[in-house]
Amino acid sequence: MTTQILITGFGGQGILFSGKFLAYKAMMEGSQVSWLPSYGPEMRGGTASCSVIVSDSAVGSPIVTRPDVLIAMNLPSLDRYESAVVPGGIIIADSTLIERGVNRADVRAFRIPATQMAADEGITTLANMIIVGKLIRECDAISYDNLDEALAKVVSARHKEMLDLNRRAIDVGYQYEG
Amino acid sequence: MAEKVLMKGNEAIAEAAILAGCRHYFGYPITPQTEVAAYMAKRMPKIGGTFLQAESELAAINMVIGVASTGKRAMTSSSSPGISLKCEGLSYLAGCDLPALVVNVERGGPGLGGIQPSQSDYFQATRGSGHGDFHMIVLAPASVQEMAALTMKGFDLADKYRMTSMILADGTMGQMMEPVVLEAPEPVVYEKPWALTGTDGKRPHNIVNSLYLVPEDLERTNFARYERYRTVEENEAAAESFMTEDADIVVVAFGIAARVSKNAILAAREKGIRVGLIRPITLWPFPKAVIAGAASHAKRFISVELSMGQMIEDVRLAMDCARPVTLVNRAGGMIPSPDEVLAAIETAQGGLKA
Amino acid sequence: MIVFEKPKSLTDAPLHYCPGCTHGIIHRLVAEAIDELGIEGRTIGVASVGCSVMAYNYFTVDMVQAAHGRAPAVATGVKRSDPSKIVFTYQGDGDLASIGTCETVHSAARGENITIIFVNNAIYGMTGGQMAPTSLPGQVTQTSPYGRDVATQGYPIKMCEMLSQLDGASYLERVAVNSVKNVKNAKRAILRAFKNQVEGKGFSLIEVISTCPTNWGMTPDKALAWVEEKMIPYYPLGVYKDKYAEVK
Repeated sequence: MTTQILITGFGGQGILFSGKFLAYKAMMEGSQVSWLPSYGPEMRGGTASCSVIVSDSAVGSPIVTRPDVLIAMNLPSLDRYESAVVPGGIIIADSTLIERGVNRADVRAFRIPATQMAADEGITTLANMIIVGKLIRECDAISYDNLDEALAKVVSARHKEMLDLNRRAIDVGYQYEG
Repeated sequence: MAEKVLMKGNEAIAEAAILAGCRHYFGYPITPQTEVAAYMAKRMPKIGGTFLQAESELAAINMVIGVASTGKRAMTSSSSPGISLKCEGLSYLAGCDLPALVVNVERGGPGLGGIQPSQSDYFQATRGSGHGDFHMIVLAPASVQEMAALTMKGFDLADKYRMTSMILADGTMGQMMEPVVLEAPEPVVYEKPWALTGTDGKRPHNIVNSLYLVPEDLERTNFARYERYRTVEENEAAAESFMTEDADIVVVAFGIAARVSKNAILAAREKGIRVGLIRPITLWPFPKAVIAGAASHAKRFISVELSMGQMIEDVRLAMDCARPVTLVNRAGGMIPSPDEVLAAIETAQGGLKA
Repeated sequence: MIVFEKPKSLTDAPLHYCPGCTHGIIHRLVAEAIDELGIEGRTIGVASVGCSVMAYNYFTVDMVQAAHGRAPAVATGVKRSDPSKIVFTYQGDGDLASIGTCETVHSAARGENITIIFVNNAIYGMTGGQMAPTSLPGQVTQTSPYGRDVATQGYPIKMCEMLSQLDGASYLERVAVNSVKNVKNAKRAILRAFKNQVEGKGFSLIEVISTCPTNWGMTPDKALAWVEEKMIPYYPLGVYKDKYAEVK
């Protein structure tokens, strides 16, 4: 069983961070994982993407070309990757930033206003982790258990206060009905 | 046992070098290998080591020469255009028979090229890394764990054979994160009576030098060096074989190309095609015997590369062109997809039936 | 009574330099400095490319031969490997002021605690007398057969003056070896440049105005006179920087 996750959006939305969290979480659950960022000019504001592969056997290519799960945090990303998702796969879109719906009828599509929810919660930089919460609820590859331990691996020790905020963001997304 | 952590390939190289006892790193910024330097800049001052951002690639490799001549482990890392600048130093390292570790996290070329992954420095690494007759030991990792393991091995091989070891990776290997367990290797002591440690008034002076104005002398050093190279070829060639025992078709690929090819091979096996993978781990020495052995039963070979086709020459030479070899390649920073490799496997399978 | 003997830090190898060349004097001054400081056993020299390429045969200390222009980078590596060692480079003008300008400037800027002996004779000697970065305006060489034309071939580089602008440089002095008086003064400067390193005082460079009778096409005594009449007026002798100058 292999789950290919593609996380996409603008540079600065925490695309790579949320991917790193998911990779750590899966690794701590005993899965084989890989994490591969797009690198280069998007560091300065273009589109960013991150491939995360979770598998019960050795990961082959770390490049996700046919995602089982697509997270789209902006319209250009949804436009570009929607058609690549495997039939029966999952698309999670930030509906605050993407007005249109998902066109594919053969996937499970979820629209979640993560950016707005983050603002309402006073955690404006954590829309990415709200979406991670939604992903954990909808995708079997990542479990809801032991979230704090995985967070501790990716949140710098100097920013301990961020642990609770990240956890809250995940829970807000996990509990979102829609 | 050390903890399993997620780490970028570039960071794994840096930490592995430190675990292998390297305390001197010299580099110059270039994408996509900068994490090596950043990691060293953070760690070296805390463990009494040297991190020095050199004024150029030329200076960096020559600082490595300076440390290496004193018998200590030293390294530099760069990406393709920077390695071209280091080639002068690589030739001097060889001429002086100094051990060193050089990392090339390749990007597309020629010229300034791009910053996306590539394998187009294969010829440079295995054939023409500078003027004169010489070789480097060239290691091609295909996972983050192997980035670390081959870095440690590279230092050992360098000391053992008084050669430069090169880690030939690519942007994907440098940038990707995978679980890795890092443990210090058992330290091996390599005697270095040639090292410049100061005579202390107790021995004649040591000279580290590559100049021999008498041609007979220079010829002798070349023959002696190639004698050593033959030992390396006999003992150190390494490859991973995956599903090759019954293979009619053999894919040959290293680094990221091997990872992509594995996906394609598994997909082809599901379709009943008997195909396997040979993944060279050492590019020099090239694992000729493994290729030749596979040619005894496999009818066709496919070389998958992120270049215009460089390793394919070694694949053909390894089996004296006994079997046809086709090329699946992307260039300029593009990576072949598993589907492209699968299509080539299916075409080869069709050729077998015809 | 011995009134004159070879310094301990020079080997018995016969020097390959041309008759009348002043490299021999400068080698001797370096060896005397090493002897007087008692550092022979912990000194490591870096030879460069040019006439002095085989300096590794002439000093009894451990030696490494560097690529053209790269001696300060190699010396940086040697010194960083073991700061208790005394590390010097011995470089000509093409090596230090042309192909190795970058390494020279940056090792000075870093304040590397090394000693550089820079032999400036205004010409490429080993390759047969081509124009050097320090060749004088109007100077005839193999590659400036009509005299160095500054309009097309540019001006000489005055390294001591240039390096004196760098905060990292500790001690810069230009000396000459064309007379007994100047040789004695050069001896003092070279000794000081090594002593500075022993005392951890940072980057020291001594520029030694030297001769090349062969490629200048002069007899040795004419060459010494040419230093006095042409070279020294363009390259004034003296201290260009001294962070630790004694207040008089």
